[in-house]
Amino acid sequence: MLSLTTSTVAAEFAYWQTSGFKLLMAFVAVLIPAGTTVYLYLFKMVSFMQSRLGPMEAGPYGSLQLLAELGKNAQKEDIVPARADVLVFKLAPYVVLLSTFLLVLVVPWGPDAVFADFDTGIFFALAVSSVSVIGILMAGWASASKYSLLGGLRAAGQLIAYELPLVLAVVGVVIQAGTLNMQGIVAAQIEGEIFGWGAIGNPFILTQIVGFLIFMVAVQAELTQVPFDMPIAESELVSGYMTEYSGFRFLMFFIGEFATANIFAFLAAVLFLGGWGVPPFVADALFADGNYSQWMNVIGPLVMATKMLALTFIIYWVRFTYPRFREDQLQTFAWKYLIPISLVNIAVTGFLKVVL
Amino acid sequence: MSDFLREFLLVLLFGLLAFGVVGLFIGIASILRPDRPTTGKVENYESGVDPVGTGWSQSQIRYYIFALLFVMFDVEAVFIFPWATRLEAYGWFGLVEMTIFIFILALGLAYAWRKGVLRWV
Repeated sequence: MLSLTTSTVAAEFAYWQTSGFKLLMAFVAVLIPAGTTVYLYLFKMVSFMQSRLGPMEAGPYGSLQLLAELGKNAQKEDIVPARADVLVFKLAPYVVLLSTFLLVLVVPWGPDAVFADFDTGIFFALAVSSVSVIGILMAGWASASKYSLLGGLRAAGQLIAYELPLVLAVVGVVIQAGTLNMQGIVAAQIEGEIFGWGAIGNPFILTQIVGFLIFMVAVQAELTQVPFDMPIAESELVSGYMTEYSGFRFLMFFIGEFATANIFAFLAAVLFLGGWGVPPFVADALFADGNYSQWMNVIGPLVMATKMLALTFIIYWVRFTYPRFREDQLQTFAWKYLIPISLVNIAVTGFLKVVL
Repeated sequence: MSDFLREFLLVLLFGLLAFGVVGLFIGIASILRPDRPTTGKVENYESGVDPVGTGWSQSQIRYYIFALLFVMFDVEAVFIFPWATRLEAYGWFGLVEMTIFIFILALGLAYAWRKGVLRWV
């Protein structure tokens, strides 16, 4: 049996040292996956889907395109509309990125490789994920533009509607794991057994497939990705709440959106795909000498990145495949389908948990 | 300071990090970018024509009822999460109790549905 207890760290570090390292790693954990998925999926995969090459000039196969974009945006003039509420207008990108950085705080990367191991980890994540709504409303309102205002109001209406399926889909996982702690949820999946057969653990995607589908749909809507992109519908609202932003301020919204997409994929990997864990039969074969938890601190982040790339692939695949929902269809879908289904999912999961 | 509070201090630190990152990026850009606002440039964008009225035009906020329903279900979620972690200990009592609770809330949703307020007009 593998031991999942936290191993003792050999060296002792002061609080400011560990915190400084965590802040550096958070910077990496937010920006590197965002850059990777934007290049891999948004630039290249969509191009191949549409029978074109995508960026090819900057670096081999356009791999330095992101740096070129950064340089381009850095040189753009920062235009603040004369009528705008300047302070709120400038503060909005900060609030959007605040939500992203607080979300990454609770994602576990290995037995010891965590930023913060809150007892109510997933609850914290769900709470801070809605901070971005405030940033979007601020951007929409402060721009003093009709497109921005409409986009911001649409975004708020959509985000509150899809917040509920997102929260309720997680309840099924919490019932099965019996804990709100992210490490506890990972451990429940690694140590779990499917009718006494524990070779692959018990990833909750098998038992919570309904919850997983609801979660991924709600994530798509929370990120205002196509087909849920009414708030930024470029063919009718120019660019929604981002209309009046230019240069680096616009780029901050862009980074916020795609970094949050990755972090939601990380969260979905933890909740439904077993997080940083590898299937126990693999772990048993590889780490027979008992160094399991030390090894997982190194391999865990790579496992998480693999699962994240698989899930973001689905997000972008859907994004480039489906046409946009109409506003009323979008609200109907959330309130009349997703919420009742997730309530039934909670009841059925609870019933099976008590019976079995 | 207790370990518990120290762990939550990270929330503050990560918040400051987010502000620092955005501030750093925009700060770097402010060295590189030009700054020549003209009256035409700082006008609000309205598809190329001169903007009509102020930007904060009257617009219908359609989701007043939706916001109320949202609060109702969000509070419900706050009650469901602690119950979900302890379900194994509560057993049948907890299950029946929560089924009644969810049923009453679902009744509220069904009432709103029947009244037609879930139609986005």
